[in-house]
Amino acid sequence: MKTVIIKYNAGNVQSVMYALDRLGAGYLYTDDVAEITSADKVIFPGVGEASTTMSYLRKTGLDKIIPELKQPVFGTCVGMQLMCRHSEENNTDCMGIFDVDVKRFPADSGMKVPHMGWNNIIDYKTPLTDNIPQSAFMYFVHSYAAPVCEYTVATCDYAFPFSAMLHRDNFYAAQFHCEISGDAGQQIIENFLNLKS
Amino acid sequence: MLTKRIIPCLDVKDGRTVKGVNFVNLRDAGDAVELGALYAAQGADELVYLDITATIDGRSTFIELVKRVAQTINIPFTVGGGISSVADVSALLHAGADKVSINSAAVRNPDLINELALEFGSQCIVVAIDTRYIDTEHGKEHIVHTHGGRKPTKLRTIPWAKEVEDRGAGELLLTSMDTDGTKNGFALELTATISDNGNIPVIASGGAGSMSHFYDVFTTGKADAGLAASIFHFREIDIPDLKDYLSDKQLPIRLTR
Repeated sequence: MKTVIIKYNAGNVQSVMYALDRLGAGYLYTDDVAEITSADKVIFPGVGEASTTMSYLRKTGLDKIIPELKQPVFGTCVGMQLMCRHSEENNTDCMGIFDVDVKRFPADSGMKVPHMGWNNIIDYKTPLTDNIPQSAFMYFVHSYAAPVCEYTVATCDYAFPFSAMLHRDNFYAAQFHCEISGDAGQQIIENFLNLKS
Repeated sequence: MLTKRIIPCLDVKDGRTVKGVNFVNLRDAGDAVELGALYAAQGADELVYLDITATIDGRSTFIELVKRVAQTINIPFTVGGGISSVADVSALLHAGADKVSINSAAVRNPDLINELALEFGSQCIVVAIDTRYIDTEHGKEHIVHTHGGRKPTKLRTIPWAKEVEDRGAGELLLTSMDTDGTKNGFALELTATISDNGNIPVIASGGAGSMSHFYDVFTTGKADAGLAASIFHFREIDIPDLKDYLSDKQLPIRLTR
């Protein structure tokens, strides 16, 4: 099986690679279109800011390639947000794989922003959460979130209920960082790698 | 519900964990990677590794250690100690650290906070503040200290905490040098003031001696996370017991057993 981690200007993805190493899964870290389109599984990670990362994807044409992929694709954190329609972060048009707009956590909610730390996810409706205990804790670090929508397959609550995970066809996404979310997070990555292509 | 975090801190010299009372009288508490993995398995929510080696050789040893930690554990960890430039931060993040903590360098050059936040994002920039309540020309005040808490600066702690947030820090690590090493509890009032004044998470450090001290700092002290070292290293408090205790007292806690 060939797993590709998409290389773009999205901060540090070292911990994603180490998580795959711990699972004994090989991977390529590349921005090469031929490698990406021929992969069995594609991971679209992300730590960064929406407009800068999105303009890089546009410049390289990856913004057109990613939505056309047919194999299972897994976006995490900012990767997930870039798969939505729009982000309030610097008013950025995103790839629109999930028809939902990403909102900032309101400053007047009395909650600290970013939402940082371990929070529990509920209402799972995805094969990626197989063998995960109910109300499992995941590690979140973000200031923007996708509200609950028709593609929501796991929910979390902070200031408002938001999409912890999204799923549409071959596209999967998680707002939290599976790679540093303990054993439960590791199980989600393993479940993604075990999906039938 | 977002949980309160329990964070063991590992002071590291030459790849091994050390911790002394009031930062002197170092005692050996074991291998830094194995100890971190043990804490992760016990349910620690994050780890902090502080490099207390001052030499150039020590720094490259520390980066190797960061790499091994990142390869081994699957929870977030922060690294700090002697970080003074964008290049330092870049090397540590690329080795696999999730966040970096800066202290003296932020005092020397506050613009560094802005630069780091722009370059790497606020979420991975922790500003550590060592504070001590001392006599000043205006009476007793909370004053920021550097050099492991030995050197007073001109900065007042409460406005400095706000300033580092405005400059882009994503989190504060507040260590009270008055309570550190005493095991008499965290500096509750100061922690609460800083937590209320700002809108970023506050990690309280210094003074943990019992499980009830953590309860106090999460309630009265309004902290988002509690950090301690020796009480964990010398097994005076077991993390699973601590988390059960806090959960029984109705605090939001990530239970792992």
